[in-house]
Amino acid sequence: MSEIDYREMWAELGMDLEKHDEFLEPLSDHYEDLFVSQDNRPEGMEYFNEVMQNVHHSRVAELKSEKEAGNPVIASFCVFVPDELVAAAGGSSIGLCAGAQYPVSTGEEVLPRDMCPLIKSTMGFKLDRICPYFEVSDFVVGETTCDGKKKAWEILDEYKPTYVMELPQRKSPESRDLWVKEVRRFKDRIEDEATTEITAESLGSAIETKNEKRRALKELYAARKADPVPISGKDALLITQLAFFDDTERFTQKVSNINSTLVNRIEAGEGVAPTDAPRILIAGTPMPLPNWKIHDIVESSGGVVVCEETCTGTRYFEDEVPESGETVAEHIENLADRAMEINCACFTPNEERVDDVLRLAREYEVDGVVYANLEFCLTYDMEYRKIRTALEDKDIPVTQIESNFGESDVEQLKTRIQAFLEMIS
Amino acid sequence: MGLPGDLTGAFEKDSASSNKDTTGATRITAGIDVGSRTCKVVLLDENAEILGTSIEKSGIESSETAQEMVTDIVETVGAEKPALDATVATGYGRGNVDFADQNVTEITCHARGLIEQFPEARGLIDIGGQDSKVIKLENGQVIDFAMNDKCAAGTGKFLESMAETLDLQLSEIGPLAKNADEATELTSTCAVFAESEVITQIHQGAPREEIVAGICDSVVDQIMGQVERVGLEPPIAMTGGVARNEGVRRGLEAALDTDLLVPENPQIVGALGAALKAT
Repeated sequence: MSEIDYREMWAELGMDLEKHDEFLEPLSDHYEDLFVSQDNRPEGMEYFNEVMQNVHHSRVAELKSEKEAGNPVIASFCVFVPDELVAAAGGSSIGLCAGAQYPVSTGEEVLPRDMCPLIKSTMGFKLDRICPYFEVSDFVVGETTCDGKKKAWEILDEYKPTYVMELPQRKSPESRDLWVKEVRRFKDRIEDEATTEITAESLGSAIETKNEKRRALKELYAARKADPVPISGKDALLITQLAFFDDTERFTQKVSNINSTLVNRIEAGEGVAPTDAPRILIAGTPMPLPNWKIHDIVESSGGVVVCEETCTGTRYFEDEVPESGETVAEHIENLADRAMEINCACFTPNEERVDDVLRLAREYEVDGVVYANLEFCLTYDMEYRKIRTALEDKDIPVTQIESNFGESDVEQLKTRIQAFLEMIS
Repeated sequence: MGLPGDLTGAFEKDSASSNKDTTGATRITAGIDVGSRTCKVVLLDENAEILGTSIEKSGIESSETAQEMVTDIVETVGAEKPALDATVATGYGRGNVDFADQNVTEITCHARGLIEQFPEARGLIDIGGQDSKVIKLENGQVIDFAMNDKCAAGTGKFLESMAETLDLQLSEIGPLAKNADEATELTSTCAVFAESEVITQIHQGAPREEIVAGICDSVVDQIMGQVERVGLEPPIAMTGGVARNEGVRRGLEAALDTDLLVPENPQIVGALGAALKAT
C-alpha cells in the first residue's frame, strides 16, 4: 500500500489528519535517535523498527479489515483485562495509545490538571482524534484500578462506548468471586459484539496462544539476567510495549527469533553494555508507547536497564493462565485467577509486590532500583515507602523518580539519575 | 563582572584569582561547575593545591563562558603550559562543556569538594541559584541525596525575586533578617504566589525585617523537607551561594539544632570537587 492509502484510511476512520501529522511527524526522528542509533543491537530488532516506524499504518489496516469481516476489535489499557476472551470470539484486542505528551493539554480540557498523565494522554488521544486504534475499535474496556480511571471512563463514554470491569481491591476469596463474575460479564459483552460464540475449545486455544506470548517475553527477560546484558533496556521495553498492539502469533514468533539471537550472544559473552555498567531494575507504573524517557536517561548516563517491574514489564507476562480448564466456566475461573495474582498497587494490602521487587532485584543481580511512578499516581507513590524500606534492609540502593511524559524535567532527571548511578558505581 | 548581591559580589574584583606561583606545577587539572546562575572554575596542581578560582555569571553561552574563564585563569596563574591535563565539568550545564574530558554530577562533585575541606562531614546542604540539594555522606561517600523538584522554592532564585519585590539588594536580606524579632509567615512556595503574598504583607504594614525573616524561613522549610527525607546527622555543612545568606543559614542551624560547617568559599565546592575528580 502506498502512503496515500493510509491517509485515506485515517480519514475514513474519522481522524484529524492535520493534528495526526503534527503528532506523528517528530516521532520518527525521535525513534531514530533513541533506538536505531544504538550500538550493537541484536539481530531481529528490524521487525520492531518496522512496526514502530509504521505504528499507525499496517497494523491498523489489518484491524480495519478484521472489523469489516465482522470480527470484534476491542481496545483496553490494563494488564487485568482478559484479552483471551476477545481472541476466543475471533476478535483482536489492542492496548491503547497513552504515553505521549502531545494530547495531554486536550485531555486537560475535560479532566483536572492535577491527575495522572496517562489518563490525560488517553483522553486527549480520543478528543484530538489522533489514535487510529481508538477509532478502529468497537468499544473500549476500562477497569476500576484507580479513582482517576474509574471516573475518566464516565467522561470517555461520552465520546466512545466504554465498558467498565469492576476490578476488586483486595485479594480475598470474595474479591475473586466478584472478578470471576466480571470476567463472565465481559464474555457476554464480547459475544454481543461478535458473530462467533466463545466455546471451551476456542477459549482454551486462545489461552494457550496468549500464554505462548507470555512465555516468549519471559524468555526475553531471562536473557537480560546475563552479564553483559545482550539487549538494551530500551529495546526490551519497546518489545513489551508492542506486545499490546501486535498480532499475537506473529509477535510471539518475532520475539522468539530475538530470543535465539540473545542465547547466542550470551554464549559468546556479547553484550550491549560493559560489564561494569550499573544494572538497573525499574519498578513502578506503566510506560506506554511512546514513553521511553527514564530508560533513555539511565542508558545515556552509563547504566543499563535489565528489568521492569511494571505493567509494561513483568506484571504483563509473569503470571500465566492455567491451561487445565475443560469447560468455558473453568477457563473463566482460570482467567480470573491470573489477574488476582498480579501485584498491582491498586490492591490492599499488597505485600507480594514488595517480595516481587526483592526477588527481581536478586534474580537480575541489579546494582540499584529506580522507582519510577507517574505524577499523581497515589497508590504507587505510597507503596514506595514499603519498597524503599525493604530494599534498604537488603542494602540495595533505590531512588524515586516522579515524572510525566513531557520533556520539561529531563535535565533535572538526568542529574538525579546520573548522580544515582555515580553513587552506586 | 559578577552579579549584584551576595551570590557573586565578593568576586567582583578578582573574578580570576591566583593563590600561588605555579611555575613548579607539573600537572594541572580544572573543575568547571556550570550552574544555572553562575559558572565556577577551580584550578588544581598535582598536590590538590588550589592554584586559582573564578566565578562569573553563566550567561547564555555557558560553554563559551567556561572556556573564556579557563583561558583567563590559566593566564592569571601563569601556568607554563596552556593546556590542562584533565578537565571535569559539573553542574546543570555540564553536558554542554565540550572541551571537558568527562562530566560528573554536582552531587558527586559537591560531596568530593566538601570532604576535601571537611573530612568529618556527614551531611551537606547546598543551595544554589536554581536548585538545592541535600546529600548524606558516610566515610566521604554519597549514600543518599534529595533535590528540589523543578521549581524555584527553596533556592537562591526565590530569595532573589523576593528581594526584588522588597526593593532590596540580595546581600541585604541576610543582615535584615538577623535584626527581626519575629517573622511573618509565607504560605506559598511558588515564587509568583509568594510575591503576591509579600506585597500584601507590605500593604498591611508588616516591618520589612519581619517579612525578610519570613522569606528566609520559607527557604528553610523547603530545605528541611529534603533533610527529613534523607535523614541527616551532624556534622552538617552548607555550601552554595545561599550559604552566604545569614538569615537562611541561622534558620537552618536552629531547625537542625546544630552549627553548620561553612567553607570559606561556599560557591566553589562543586568546582573544587570536579577538579579533584579530574585525574
